[in-house]
Amino acid sequence: MGIAAMLEARQLECTRGDRRLFSGLNFTLGRGQLLRVAGANGSGKTSLLRIMCGLVAPSAGEMRWQGRSIRSEREEYSRNLVYIGHLNALKDDLTALENLQVAAALGGKPADAGRMLAGLDRFGVEHCAELPAKVLSQGQRRRVALARLALAPAVPLWILDEPFSALDVAAVMELEGLLASHLASGGMVVLTTHQEVQVVAHAVLRVDLDLHTAALLAA
Amino acid sequence: MIRALGWVLRRDLLLAFRRRGDVVNALVFFVIVVSLFPLGVGPEASQLRNMAPGVLWVAALLACMLSLARLFGPDHADGTLEQMLLAGEPLVVLVMGKVLAHWLMSGLPLVLMAPLLGLQFDLPGDALAVLCLSLLIGTPVLSLIGSVGAALTLGVRGSGVLVALLVLPLYVPVLIFGAGSVGATAAGTGAEAHLLLLGGFLALSLVLAPWASAAALRIAME
Repeated sequence: MGIAAMLEARQLECTRGDRRLFSGLNFTLGRGQLLRVAGANGSGKTSLLRIMCGLVAPSAGEMRWQGRSIRSEREEYSRNLVYIGHLNALKDDLTALENLQVAAALGGKPADAGRMLAGLDRFGVEHCAELPAKVLSQGQRRRVALARLALAPAVPLWILDEPFSALDVAAVMELEGLLASHLASGGMVVLTTHQEVQVVAHAVLRVDLDLHTAALLAA
Repeated sequence: MIRALGWVLRRDLLLAFRRRGDVVNALVFFVIVVSLFPLGVGPEASQLRNMAPGVLWVAALLACMLSLARLFGPDHADGTLEQMLLAGEPLVVLVMGKVLAHWLMSGLPLVLMAPLLGLQFDLPGDALAVLCLSLLIGTPVLSLIGSVGAALTLGVRGSGVLVALLVLPLYVPVLIFGAGSVGATAAGTGAEAHLLLLGGFLALSLVLAPWASAAALRIAME
């Protein structure tokens, strides 16, 4: 609980071209906490998430994981992280199952087909396992991408960019349940969404990039 | 780490197998370009023998360069490259896997096809053997150097021309010593010196290129 596994942003600033998207952003995220990043289109939500993953360097400030800068121990930090961006990261010519296996293997996790199928089943796309990703619908592709979460319950930090886009009601509920159980078991979730979602968490943080604030909503 | 390299290799070979057309394209380009020369310059055997090493090597170099856009481009477009950067395994290892797959798909077929094409130029047996050996040592260098260029121009408009401008100067020494080795065999001076230098290039690029590509990929993601 608490300090041991914690993500911390210190005076983050992000500029794109001449435009300053945000600056002086501070927040901390502890076990069991959900961070929701809000803001209008173009306010820098995706940029913030990419900074939090370590894909992009902030123009000022730094992200810290367990007190150490994430860019100094990249691989170690990456093993504690699942990032699902707005691209689904699926190869069109690989089947859904192969896509998951490659993703798991590159994350240093076991890639046995049984677990993968269970993950796909969780999101109701088990029947697509042997189909190449290019024939799947947008929603099915999103479900396959999200199945990576069901396979990574032990990875503490999930960073999700618009995870609810293209999902139907059943899949939204499934994902909400998955996020809630991850949070309940001490995981951390960071997400952006335009939809109103119900995720049970004992603490919800909200970073609003329009108002340049970070606030604890419920504790 | 070896496991991750194996998975990247397996993944890229599987993708290449499912998109066989791309692999065949580069090979067909190589065969066509090389085959047009004897038709264009006439059937004078001694003239053909003299120009064979240069023609085969230039065609191999261009065929290799044609396929560079596919090295990181599709992975960048569908977001899988992003995931590789966050893989929890050193990016250098993953880049090595990708470059190895690229060589197996674009370099090795050229090496295997070269002796057959060399016959069109009336190359003697020992020259054909040296040609194959020089391509076997030289084409991995082309893939390795090319990966740096491909990574540097990732997501840039008109990246095809830019890659050519970046990597061609670095390809020149490989071309000179590769074609030179075949010429030296034909002239009777022996090809060891040329081949050893090619080996040196391979060792150097094997050490430096994956690091440079990995660094360039991180920059391209920013």
